[in-house]
Amino acid sequence: MKITVAGEKKEYEDQITVAKLIELEKVETPQYVTVSVNEEFIDSAEFDTRRLNDGDEVEFLYFMGGGR
Amino acid sequence: MKITITRSEADRMLDHALSERPDEACGLIAGIDREDGVREIKKVYLLTNVDHTNEHFSIDPREHLSAVRDMRANGLKPLGNWHSHPETPSRPSEEDKRLAVDGSASYLILSLADEGNPVLNAFHIEGPEDSREVRKEELQITDR
Repeated sequence: MKITVAGEKKEYEDQITVAKLIELEKVETPQYVTVSVNEEFIDSAEFDTRRLNDGDEVEFLYFMGGGR
Repeated sequence: MKITITRSEADRMLDHALSERPDEACGLIAGIDREDGVREIKKVYLLTNVDHTNEHFSIDPREHLSAVRDMRANGLKPLGNWHSHPETPSRPSEEDKRLAVDGSASYLILSLADEGNPVLNAFHIEGPEDSREVRKEELQITDR
């Protein structure tokens, strides 16, 4: 299947999970990454079960925060 | 690393930070990494601090997503983030360092502590969470 990751079209095995995509994309410090699929934010508790479909658009966003 | 920002973008950042006081203001920076090694900020994104306090900031993830898409549409690269310190100096706090998870990013901190004399600095932060290394970047404000 073809999915778009961070604006780039890529070919992946059908129905891979978000967790598998994070692993394949070698996302660093995934505990600080927010994932959106088709503009829907995915709860990190669902990374292992949420499956991706052909045509999905995925974004990885690093948490941006801090304090004084 | 040398990093540049135009006066107009720095002023937009300052105006937003002043308008958000007493809370911390925040956003993203985007631009290009030039072949001569200079990082050039071309656009500052003024985003919502969903913490709404003077002690913390967290960028609204939905606005973050929109900003990333805008950068891509305009051929800009995400270069890092910025936030204000309404009452403290322009240097990364312990929490800033702990949450600086992107070692390729530039982190801009705008201090409003000295009324009428805002201070903007840029930092590079990398390394393990318990021993981050902080380096001040050479920030230049340009006319255009």
